[in-house]
Amino acid sequence: MRHDFLDRYSRLASPIHGLPAALKLVSALALVLTVVLLPPSRPVYLAAVAVVLLAVAGLSRIPWPALAWRVVVLEPFVLGVAVLALFQPGGWRLFLVLIAKSTLCLLTMVLLSNTTPFSDLLHVAKAWRMPPLLVTTLSLMYRYLFVLVDEAQRMGRARASRTFVPQRRWAWHAMATVVSQLFIRSSERAERIYAAMCARGWR
Amino acid sequence: MHIPDGFLDTRTAVAAGALAAAGMAVALRHTRAHLPARRVPLLGLAAAFVFAAQMINFPVAGGTSGHLIGAVLAAVLLGPSAAVVVISAVLIVQCLMFADGGVSALGANIFNMAVVGGVGGWAIYHLVTRAVKGLFGRVLAAAFAAWCSTVIASVACAGELAASRTVRFSVVLPAMAGIHMLIGVGEALITAMVLVAIARARPELLKPDVAAEPRRSYGALVAYGGVIALGLALFASPLASRWPDGLDRTAELLGFKGNAAVPLVPTPKANDELPGLGWGALETSVAGAAGTIVVFGLAWLLARALVPRTDRDGTAAPPAGS
Repeated sequence: MRHDFLDRYSRLASPIHGLPAALKLVSALALVLTVVLLPPSRPVYLAAVAVVLLAVAGLSRIPWPALAWRVVVLEPFVLGVAVLALFQPGGWRLFLVLIAKSTLCLLTMVLLSNTTPFSDLLHVAKAWRMPPLLVTTLSLMYRYLFVLVDEAQRMGRARASRTFVPQRRWAWHAMATVVSQLFIRSSERAERIYAAMCARGWR
Repeated sequence: MHIPDGFLDTRTAVAAGALAAAGMAVALRHTRAHLPARRVPLLGLAAAFVFAAQMINFPVAGGTSGHLIGAVLAAVLLGPSAAVVVISAVLIVQCLMFADGGVSALGANIFNMAVVGGVGGWAIYHLVTRAVKGLFGRVLAAAFAAWCSTVIASVACAGELAASRTVRFSVVLPAMAGIHMLIGVGEALITAMVLVAIARARPELLKPDVAAEPRRSYGALVAYGGVIALGLALFASPLASRWPDGLDRTAELLGFKGNAAVPLVPTPKANDELPGLGWGALETSVAGAAGTIVVFGLAWLLARALVPRTDRDGTAAPPAGS
């Protein structure tokens, strides 16, 4: 299956992966907050944060190309908004500061998500009294995310193997059918999951 | 439309976070009170569905492709409160697992896409389906609401960016709204086509009694209305005020001058430095209104093309056998 890029490195063994999830979450949030609040007139601080992040990345044993790729993939969204800052007086400086700050925050969050399994973060959220309905929704979502992505890819492969000709009109028609089938299958799966949850004494 | 970290200042991020928390609190409360226990897993599955559906690419001209956003689809299929929970869950996972959308901007993103996009889109859908009945009305309403929801969410996003003094309002509003008027056309097409396909395969999923929550719950609607109105007042009313004043200026206006600010009057200084790109608020508003009418007409044509004539006359959903 081709979705292993979604969550590949969060269960490696390294000093960073071994830290408690709550500590990592709090320090990541604190770091992001610091970067956002840093005055734009002092780029030195940003460089210091970058050194810290790179050290953490080195300790975490996540392959550098994978890490760089995750950041680069997300960079267009940053650029898209930052470019708008160029259309105003003194925009160049603001543009560069925005890019630097956003990239650092991006790196922080990529590191957090690649060193901490999402289920551990959910345990922290539960301990912090996040509403139970939201926790249930998030955990079910995380559990079935990969199942549904698999399901969508299976449908895509089945369609491709039936010599689907990608003319635009019919492509849209076929894609819409795939999405609707995905919803129908998800709701059927939800019924089965409910039955299974009840059988295991939920509520 | 996911705002990254570093683009919002503290006040805007905190204000948007508070609004998002209020909207989610209403949604969770309302969902918990009205959602039957057997449909609780559907929330998680629907969130996973929206996430997976966003990975399916629809080919657009010139090698580019678009994908479903899904706020209105979720609202139509599950109801507004469940949609807020579902879209918020998607945004939280995208933020914490994939670093897509900033943590400090998570509140703003949830407010824009889940609360404004989901509830606002549902309100438009609800109003149109009351006027036009049957599957035809539903498809028309969903297509129109999908476009509106995308555009309104982008306006809220633009307002937040401008209120943070990151980008000038006269630059960011036409850019964001203009791009999302195009994206919204794709969203409307996909939403309508998916809805028709679901109605063909499993019409019972679209019947009101299957929807995850009762239609009428005025308390929740009033609460949503209040949250959205407050948010738009804070972020989108700099339409009238001039760079670089965001929340401060709005608070001042609200506090000292009541509703004296008329957001449609362009201030002469707003766009004097940017000929070409700096559209005033008036031009944007007029273009937006014209675009909305055109899109409603297009949604009508789309619904005519997608819904077979036999289903169009009936007031109820199509018979189960069809």
